[in-house]
Amino acid sequence: MGMLGLPFLTRMEGFSAKIYITEAAARIGQLMMEELICMNMEYRQFYGAEESSGPQWMKWEELELLPSALRKIALGEDGSELGGGCPCIAHVKDCISKVQTLRFGEEACYNGILIIKAFSSGLDIGACNWIISGAKGNIAYISGSNFASGHAMDFDYRAIQGSDLILYSDLSSLDSTEDIDQSSFSDDNNNWEELMNSLSNYDESVEEMEKLAFICSCAIDSVKAGGSVLIPINRVGVFLQLLEQIAIFMECSSLKIPIYIISSVAEELLAYTNTIPEWLCKQRQEKLFSGDPLFAHVKLIKEKKIHVFPAVHSPKLLMNWQEPCIVFSPHWSLRLGPTIHLLRRWSGDHNSLLVLENEVDAELAVLPFKPISMKVLQCSFLSGKKLQKVQPLLKILQPKLVLFPEEWRTHVSFSDVTSFSVSHYSENETIHIPSLKESAELEIAADIASKFQWRMLKQKKLNITRLKGRLFVNHGKHQLLPENEPGGSSQTRPFLHWGSPDPENLLAELSKMGINGSVERCMTDAESEDGFTVKVQDPEKSMIEVRAAVTVISAADKNLASRIVKAMENILEGI
Amino acid sequence: MAIDCLVLGAGQEVGKSCVVVTINGKRIMFDCGMHMAYNDHRQYPDFSRISKSCDFNNAIDCIVITHFHLDHIGALPYFTEICGYNGPIYMTYPTRALAPIMLEDYRKVLVDRRGEVEQFTSDHIAECMKKVIAVDLKQTVQVDKDLQIRAYYAGHVLGAAMFYAKVGDSAMVYTGDYNMTPDRHLGAARIDRLQLDLLITDFDFHGICLVFQFTFCKCYNSEIEYRNSLFIDYAAAVSDTVDYIIVSYLISLPCPEMEALAFGLRSTYATTVRDSKYAREREFLKAAASSVLHTAVASILSFVVIIVVHKCVAGGGKVLIPAFALGRAQELCILLDDYWERMNLRVPIYFSAGLTIQANMYYKMLISWTSQKVKETYNAFDFKNVHNFDRSLIDAPGPCVLFATPGMLTGGFSLEVFKHWAPSEMNLITLPGYCLAGTIGNKLMSGNPTIELEGTKIDVRCQIHQLAFSPHTDGKGIMDLVKFLSPQHVILVHGEKPKMATLKERIQSELGIKCCDPANNESVCIPSTHYVKAGASDAFIRSCLNPNFQFLKSGSEEKSVSGSKCTEGTLPLWIKDERVAEGILVLEKSEKAKVVHQDELLLMLGEKRHEVQFAYCCPVNVDELEKFTTTSLTPTARMLRDPNKSSLIRLLVAKLSRKLSEGNIQDFGEHLQVESFHLSVCLKDTCPYRITNGLEDKPRTAFFCCTWSAADDKLARKIISAMENRDLVET
Repeated sequence: MGMLGLPFLTRMEGFSAKIYITEAAARIGQLMMEELICMNMEYRQFYGAEESSGPQWMKWEELELLPSALRKIALGEDGSELGGGCPCIAHVKDCISKVQTLRFGEEACYNGILIIKAFSSGLDIGACNWIISGAKGNIAYISGSNFASGHAMDFDYRAIQGSDLILYSDLSSLDSTEDIDQSSFSDDNNNWEELMNSLSNYDESVEEMEKLAFICSCAIDSVKAGGSVLIPINRVGVFLQLLEQIAIFMECSSLKIPIYIISSVAEELLAYTNTIPEWLCKQRQEKLFSGDPLFAHVKLIKEKKIHVFPAVHSPKLLMNWQEPCIVFSPHWSLRLGPTIHLLRRWSGDHNSLLVLENEVDAELAVLPFKPISMKVLQCSFLSGKKLQKVQPLLKILQPKLVLFPEEWRTHVSFSDVTSFSVSHYSENETIHIPSLKESAELEIAADIASKFQWRMLKQKKLNITRLKGRLFVNHGKHQLLPENEPGGSSQTRPFLHWGSPDPENLLAELSKMGINGSVERCMTDAESEDGFTVKVQDPEKSMIEVRAAVTVISAADKNLASRIVKAMENILEGI
Repeated sequence: MAIDCLVLGAGQEVGKSCVVVTINGKRIMFDCGMHMAYNDHRQYPDFSRISKSCDFNNAIDCIVITHFHLDHIGALPYFTEICGYNGPIYMTYPTRALAPIMLEDYRKVLVDRRGEVEQFTSDHIAECMKKVIAVDLKQTVQVDKDLQIRAYYAGHVLGAAMFYAKVGDSAMVYTGDYNMTPDRHLGAARIDRLQLDLLITDFDFHGICLVFQFTFCKCYNSEIEYRNSLFIDYAAAVSDTVDYIIVSYLISLPCPEMEALAFGLRSTYATTVRDSKYAREREFLKAAASSVLHTAVASILSFVVIIVVHKCVAGGGKVLIPAFALGRAQELCILLDDYWERMNLRVPIYFSAGLTIQANMYYKMLISWTSQKVKETYNAFDFKNVHNFDRSLIDAPGPCVLFATPGMLTGGFSLEVFKHWAPSEMNLITLPGYCLAGTIGNKLMSGNPTIELEGTKIDVRCQIHQLAFSPHTDGKGIMDLVKFLSPQHVILVHGEKPKMATLKERIQSELGIKCCDPANNESVCIPSTHYVKAGASDAFIRSCLNPNFQFLKSGSEEKSVSGSKCTEGTLPLWIKDERVAEGILVLEKSEKAKVVHQDELLLMLGEKRHEVQFAYCCPVNVDELEKFTTTSLTPTARMLRDPNKSSLIRLLVAKLSRKLSEGNIQDFGEHLQVESFHLSVCLKDTCPYRITNGLEDKPRTAFFCCTWSAADDKLARKIISAMENRDLVET
């Protein structure tokens, strides 16, 4: 769902950014995009393309997905081209071809300097949280996460533990007005494992199962009364679970009611979801190990309890059609796809049932179909962490800094938290965060390290050595490796000098080397007030001109010159 | 710092792979295989060498299994359930799913056939599998704080992986079996370019060579070596793929007529084949070959099998393919199903009850682990021409193909069918590449015409074909991988000693990489990488990234002389941008080492830089200079009899650029610059840097005041001696 706006971006001329998506999300996302386009085309066929601005779903979903800052970055100042009509299949194909897909825990290297990794968030199949790490620390982005999912792989919090910065963006339960009861999470509890267990207890999954069961029993009641049930497909994971559960309920109540799935991509989607054990929760993986299909729909389709059709007008569907029935179909907005036709058909039947998710404004959704005597059941599935779990979770994750949404400031208080600092962010505002680390980590090859020539600086108690090599910035690391042509420049001579030479010292050093000269103070030059000149006569005529920041040695013979330099080095500090 | 590598199995032999590696204090066991040829203590690795007290939980941090073959996983239940190892075990999802089936299958065979005391029970297998953590490809798994592992696709069998392991700065890869070319239903091995201290690679000279080894073993044992080399020579020379397939088939036929053909191949293959009495056969083959080429999983090795099977059913015969539940059956079945489809064949293909849908279910769920081609065909494991077999069909008339378990005809259904079908010459039995000694399969391989079974003699008159695609890597594949990864060291395991020795030589001489092939229970110690860690300041990093262009004139003097057409203007310029990182490492007591830029150091110290420079006012005879340069200068330059500053500089630049091979001479009109060497015309009467006396009085002497920093002293001296014509004597 988070990627449906992507073709709008990628079809822009000049768009060249890297896009990372998990493999499963990319595949399912592609199917959903294709379906949207297919439905949109159908819509235009039926109702004409009079609305040049495109269909409803585009206006209130896609565009809102793009904050203006992002729009500017991606498209330059001119964001007006956005929304220039609905993308077509070619756009989607093109978009997917620009995507780099990742598996959970796979390291993608951006430009040598950043490592990008995805870890399961448990929200839906392929949904993930991201960690971006560089030489100067790492950032975790936490989106809607679910501790115990009945389909997708569980929230992998361990991977996020110890990040320097957490950008907390699980905004899903904003509307919930639960009171935060923190009594159960005492602060002095340092046993994270224990704390984690209390967080990810099975209440949630039990709760979720109960919700599913409730929907199923409502559906059964409806079909028993002779009505039909329409369940618009929203999140893939929920859809698959609901499908399984309803079939089980039907079996239990020994009903012979057909279940139809009407969607242009359902067949592919159902086949695909049975080939991705790596992306699913533990219980589903166990099914792989015992040789059972990952989802029950495989068996149900074979047993002809579930029928899959690409469209309402599929000849096979028309031949097969039987009422009452249970139909899964897109689109959850009730403005596109087979749901429209089916709603028109059943809206007057008080025995029929429409199942909507809470995030849809039901009043608005059914408005075009009024008057409606069909029952509407609204349910909400977990789409993130519950509010009371936010603070304990962050404590477990032990970041240095948390960026928290401004809207939640009043709901979650961090006043008693000492282990990390918190900044609040709000939409379309840039906040500056302090540097996470002062310096980047540099790895120095042992070959270089073994050749260090340490120099002790007396006055500062420092050990210093010159360092030379080739810097490699690779896979998020800075490495200093030996030069290609070693030996060529085995200069051990210091090139950086500091200190102020004293004429007496210099003369003494020179005479040690068998060089004799005399000091002349030149008072004529105003700029070289504290300077002096040493005129050397023996062994050869030469001159040393010492000023505040520079010494100039003038000697025709290069051996003499280098001896003088040595003498200078002895009285200067240098490296 | 060192990596210790203890080879417990597959050292200079094939079978029971098991290597225990210690990297920076972390101990990893790679594979835990069993040796199929033994049933005494030699069948398992000698685990006591890991820990005298048999406290394996403390001795080993984790076990990594590369794939589900028994010589890589066979000893695992024994090690966990009987030796008591409780730590983590890592393998890929398919291996986790398929390994228990393999283990159970083998356990049954042992107990059923040999009546042996089982080494482990079904419960042991189940318990063992509970300790397994399944991993995905490329997923970086943090085993503990310091130890990191990652799986890479290896081809070979479904779910086979190479494993990367890293502790601290030391890293290694253990390959297990792999293949470097996409083959049949699997893709080629894929791995990132990694910085490695050690590569432990399986060496198994199967692949193409093995096909012939097995098909020839009946009549041409002594000539195997010869023929292998012959074939490889030939394969390299043939460009037409269809011909290539046909030749590979012809060579594989175990009939004497082929001998002459094989000998003639090297020079005159084309005429020999076209004129031979095999012309008709060739037509058949050609049609079939082009069809095979278009199948989803086309490969040369698979072609032989398909043709043999097709020829048999075309002649009305029945084909029995004894197979184990996993791997070969699915693999062959994809091939046959696809081929049947393309050739429009109606002969039924059957699966016996033991195999069937269950195993196919695994393959369907794991389709993302197969090759791209198979992945794209959605229903690769929904076989259209495959049906379930019924006992009543054994004696039904007409041709058919039957897959039946177990693979080596050790009993069960495949043996039952064998009894019925073996006496007919029309029928065909394809045996797996490897049959345990004592099995019927093994007896058939050694060419026994009569088999005694439960007292009754069976007259074996049917054709016998040995399946021989063992999808292992070959010498070239190993060389490619080693070259690609360029590790510091290579250890070869899982291969026969003489052949490994040859490859060892090649790796050392051709790639310059240290390589060894330890025997079982030998330990190898290799040094490992260690980096010194320090914090690096931004200024240092930035300074390292600054471009450092160097402009070099191409070629040496002699070159430009010999190629006299090259005038100075057209000499190509080499531009070098080798960025050298120079900084200062500062170590302050009780603080982390820090690398800074030299300017920062002064800031830290609160000191100001004191530069040490050289200066020299260099006298140059102008006549000399002109004489030297006129040869190459344009006439207009020669006319400048009264040199002004810039023309003097220009003259000098011309001269120096002829004489200096290094450095980039920049002419700024008023002065010239080479690195830090700065030169300008000195018009002062008494320059303090004019050291040499006696030259002032000479006519037509110009003075050039030069300064340079100590770093460029060498260069500067060279320039000065060139200016003073001190080297004229040499020219």
